[in-house]
Amino acid sequence: MTNKLEFDKPINELEMKIKELQDFAEEKDINLDDEIKVLKERLYSFKKETYENLLPWQKAQVARYVERPSTRDYINLIFKDFIELHGDRCYGDDKAIIGGIALLDKRPVTVVGHQKGKDIKENVSYNFGMPHPEGYRKALRLMLQAEKFKRPVICFVDTPGAFPGIGAEERGQGEAIARNLMEMSRLKTPVLVIISGEGGSGEALALAVGDKIFMLEHAIYSVISPEGCASILWKDSSRAMEAASLLKLTAEDLLGFGVIDEILQEPLGGAHREPQEMAAKIKEVLIKCLAELEDTPVNELVKGRYEKFRKMGSYSIFEEGQLEILPRDK
Amino acid sequence: MWGAGVLFRDFFRKTKYAILDTPGRLQSREQDVSIRCEECGELILLKDIEKNFKVCSKCGYHLKMTAQERLNVLLDRGSFEEYDKNLETVDVLKFPGYHEKLEASREVTGLREAVVTGKGEIEGNTVIICIMDPRFISASMGSVVGEKITRALEKAEEKKTPIIIFSASGGARMQEGMLSLMQMAKTSAAAARLNEDGVLYISVLTNPTTGGVTASFASLGDVIIAEPGALIGFAGPRVIEQTIRQKLPSGFQRAEFLLQHGLIDLIVERKDLRKVLSRMLVLHKKS
Ligand SMILES: [Zn+2]
Repeated sequence: MTNKLEFDKPINELEMKIKELQDFAEEKDINLDDEIKVLKERLYSFKKETYENLLPWQKAQVARYVERPSTRDYINLIFKDFIELHGDRCYGDDKAIIGGIALLDKRPVTVVGHQKGKDIKENVSYNFGMPHPEGYRKALRLMLQAEKFKRPVICFVDTPGAFPGIGAEERGQGEAIARNLMEMSRLKTPVLVIISGEGGSGEALALAVGDKIFMLEHAIYSVISPEGCASILWKDSSRAMEAASLLKLTAEDLLGFGVIDEILQEPLGGAHREPQEMAAKIKEVLIKCLAELEDTPVNELVKGRYEKFRKMGSYSIFEEGQLEILPRDK
Repeated sequence: MWGAGVLFRDFFRKTKYAILDTPGRLQSREQDVSIRCEECGELILLKDIEKNFKVCSKCGYHLKMTAQERLNVLLDRGSFEEYDKNLETVDVLKFPGYHEKLEASREVTGLREAVVTGKGEIEGNTVIICIMDPRFISASMGSVVGEKITRALEKAEEKKTPIIIFSASGGARMQEGMLSLMQMAKTSAAAARLNEDGVLYISVLTNPTTGGVTASFASLGDVIIAEPGALIGFAGPRVIEQTIRQKLPSGFQRAEFLLQHGLIDLIVERKDLRKVLSRMLVLHKKS
């Protein structure tokens, strides 16, 4: 397998060695349990050491990793009876955003999320998870449908950003995102958001105005990509690593700023190692959260959502007396 | 005692701020006589350009206007009352160069941030008004810009007064990280409330309006007006060109292109703007 994460290599090698040893022991019918146990302990501390100390830039790589579970993986692992619904009833069906109705435990919900591919062919079809206006409009259509039938909405966020193209501009990319922000803020049904992979700017936010914002431990959520930031700051996109640290895009940073509500710990070594375990955790959290919101009257829910986003921002207030009136002679 | 207090305070005042008022006409600056049009390169006399609302007399190009200039030509004389001028930007991320950028922008513009908000009158019609100033870090939207616009939208809702927002922005303010992105959600949510309460919101798009501002409140007006030739879009033209590796069609992302694609209601020349806005306000008066 190619394109492994650089810092994952020692872990991968050890994993392979353990597997070889296990196969060998089985084949020759000898007992290597002690040796395997030692290696497994070393593997555990390797993973722990690496993944507990990931730099922001390394988290960006984990968040974008092709083997990281996608929205469709989570849909398959968390929900039952998913029926995918297509199209914005206006222009087309954008495969960079998927959505439909499914059962969470026994409760019908609407699920919407950005979809990235696992290989070139899939990625061409999903446009690398970069939506066009019709993608946002499909998502909004499904959310309004959920509101009508009083189904909660669950959003998975995983996009590098919107597609910068002529068609996207002609069809109103900005308007499509703005409309989602506006409508989601007043949707009369619970909206739960999972930032599961790459939360790329406004294109991520367009599916992320919710009552509860959960973020996976190694996901990122940023106003601009580290590469984009580096090329603006230093005219050098290869300095993305430094930019990633500046932007404060990790779950821990964003919890501190009040941008997200809760961090969901990933299995040791990242969600890509144990997708089932990750999915089970998300499922548990979603069920619990919906049960908590169940008794909240819908008006209060919407009011609470407004207040939540209303509070975001950081500024200070100075006193009138500190104002120096311009123009002054200089 | 009181007088001494004022003097004492004046002696220690630190924060610079320009008083914004609407004297009715631009003051002429005698030292500069002419200016070069960014579009056609023609030298135009300053006194002509001021008479002409900063529109090139040769090619009709609408030059960028400062917030002060807009207030002057838009509102009835002496009617402006500024809101929230004491909000101060915080460099939360300790972002390299941000502090210096803020200081430089404050110096150049005499403003504390990239948007001026307040209340005023247009031909006797009371409006709440927000004007973004493109000289201030490309009028990008950080926490203070988002907060001031949200407060203005909330005030419009509370007082059931129509609101007009003049946008001009490079988008979200990278230097404030995710908190700047969240201003998109905050302002859009405030626009949603206004919408439910039946209060008029007119969005005026001026050159250039892009990124996170296009993707939030600027696109949510009941009526969307653009100035001729204004660049309006989500992704910047350079980014698009680099991504698709082809030359962009001429006029792409200009106001006329947006009108043709059904994204805005109308294009209004600057000299007619006050009249059209006034008429629009009258048409929305409750009888
Ligand atoms: Zn000209």
